[in-house]
Amino acid sequence: MPMSVNQSVPAIKIEQVHKHFGDLHVLKGIDLTINQGEFFALLGPNGAGKSTLINILAGLLKSTQGNIAIMGHNVVNDYQAARLNLGVVPQELVFDPFFNVREMLRFQAGYFGRGRENDAWVDEIIESLGLTDKAHTNMRKLSGGMKRRALIAQALVHKPPVIVLDEPTAGVDVELRQMLWEFIKKLNRDGHTIILTTHYLEEAEALCERVAMMKDGKIVALDTTTNLLSKLPGKNLRLQLGAATLPTSLLPMLKSGQNGVFTLALTDLNQIEFALSELRKANVNIEDMQLIEADLEDVFMSLVGGKSGGV
Amino acid sequence: MNLIDDAIPPAWHGTYTLFKKELFRFWRVAFQTVASPILTALLYLLIFSHALDGHVQVYKGVPYKAFLIPGLIMMSLLQNAFANSSSSLVQSKIMGSIVFVLLTPLTYLQFFIAFLAAAIIRGFLVGFSIYIVAIWFVDLPIMHPLWIFAFALLGSALLGTFGIIAGIWADKFDQMAAFQNFVIMPLTFLSGVFYSIHSLPPIWQTISKFNPFFYMIDGFRYGFFGQADISPWISIVVVVAFLLALAWLCLKMLKSGYKLRG
Repeated sequence: MPMSVNQSVPAIKIEQVHKHFGDLHVLKGIDLTINQGEFFALLGPNGAGKSTLINILAGLLKSTQGNIAIMGHNVVNDYQAARLNLGVVPQELVFDPFFNVREMLRFQAGYFGRGRENDAWVDEIIESLGLTDKAHTNMRKLSGGMKRRALIAQALVHKPPVIVLDEPTAGVDVELRQMLWEFIKKLNRDGHTIILTTHYLEEAEALCERVAMMKDGKIVALDTTTNLLSKLPGKNLRLQLGAATLPTSLLPMLKSGQNGVFTLALTDLNQIEFALSELRKANVNIEDMQLIEADLEDVFMSLVGGKSGGV
Repeated sequence: MNLIDDAIPPAWHGTYTLFKKELFRFWRVAFQTVASPILTALLYLLIFSHALDGHVQVYKGVPYKAFLIPGLIMMSLLQNAFANSSSSLVQSKIMGSIVFVLLTPLTYLQFFIAFLAAAIIRGFLVGFSIYIVAIWFVDLPIMHPLWIFAFALLGSALLGTFGIIAGIWADKFDQMAAFQNFVIMPLTFLSGVFYSIHSLPPIWQTISKFNPFFYMIDGFRYGFFGQADISPWISIVVVVAFLLALAWLCLKMLKSGYKLRG
């Protein structure tokens, strides 16, 4: 159980944070407040500054300017209390090659001042992450997916109320991704505040109540997932046309198209009628047709612009 | 182990855990970290005592192979204290696993104490093991055990601290190797492990007196034979001064987050 005392203190409060690496201005005045119990996503293409922000939050980097507090504790002046309240799952699959999973988790708990009374909790995490069979396996011998689970376990050993996961499902197969999602959802239900950075918009959409989108060191959108989605009234029309090509009159609406499946972006439902009549005129046979809600990717594209890489 | 774990007051639990992890780290590879330096020291003892015993008289009434042993013990103790903190840090920096320590509430002082204590233990373990093996072959007096202990403790602390500095500074294994081969090795070999500086030409005697390793080894040797090249009181002052200077530099680096927290 998280050790939250005061429900009104934000889980994370970021004020005017700037970071320079030499001439590079990587974070340009980030302001962000995340409340206790939230399931929050930080989205953005590579190089947007997500990981830099996370590293400042975790005390691995120092901000050039600005303040961050975790559960009311400043990450610089009151770093011990701040770090006791924070669990971080790093993006890279880092591990200590000398120890097995259980030893490593017990050491990690010990760094946070926890003694043998914590061992039962360590075993509980091992079990709920499906690591029981691997508890005595050296970290070096674990598969990528198992290492990812161990990393998540490592962030939880000291029962932090706030958990940051930096790209938790990068390079993870579908099955494990589902399992991790369920696990993270459960942590959130148990009262943990979750902050997720991700490339997968689908992930943020499925899990997170609120989303911040970053681009070039700035937050370009910050809202609930529902609101962000409703800002785009449009829906998508997906057409399966077999061997036929799309009539040229419909090309302005085209969002994507390959293998005879075309997705049209609609701003108005009347456009369906238009699209269908154009197809009839061109004598194109429609094999299948679907009306799809806009997703975060559309919002993201409209904000971040262009076919940006890494999304 | 559990008994000790439970006896540690909660405020020290983090420091103690990091210390314990550092101990386990070298103990897991004890063949490389403990057995191999012992073997190396014994080979030195075998070769040099065979080649030089009876030809070289360093101190009155002290056979050369007896003279050699405290030097070899101290050399191994110093090198292993240095190797423990430096290689652990470089490796965890390169592996990235250093973040697991950096994410915790451990203070820079606690970090320093844990790494230092583990380096001292490794130095003592190797040094003591060489002593135990060597006394089977050579009669070795112990005149002043307190001096022996004091120089062993200060020497391993000094090199453990130096190892932390080197480990923070080095980004790659070859930088670390350069440090070992171009700084640590020449300083140890030219410090009087194998000879008394009185046997050197005057210019080399003067140069040797700028080498902190000379004072550590000379003072340590005094504890065994009750005679040395210079007074152990001078040696201990020099060693303590070097230790304080390096500890100050090391703590300054750790506090600023140099190369660890950007």
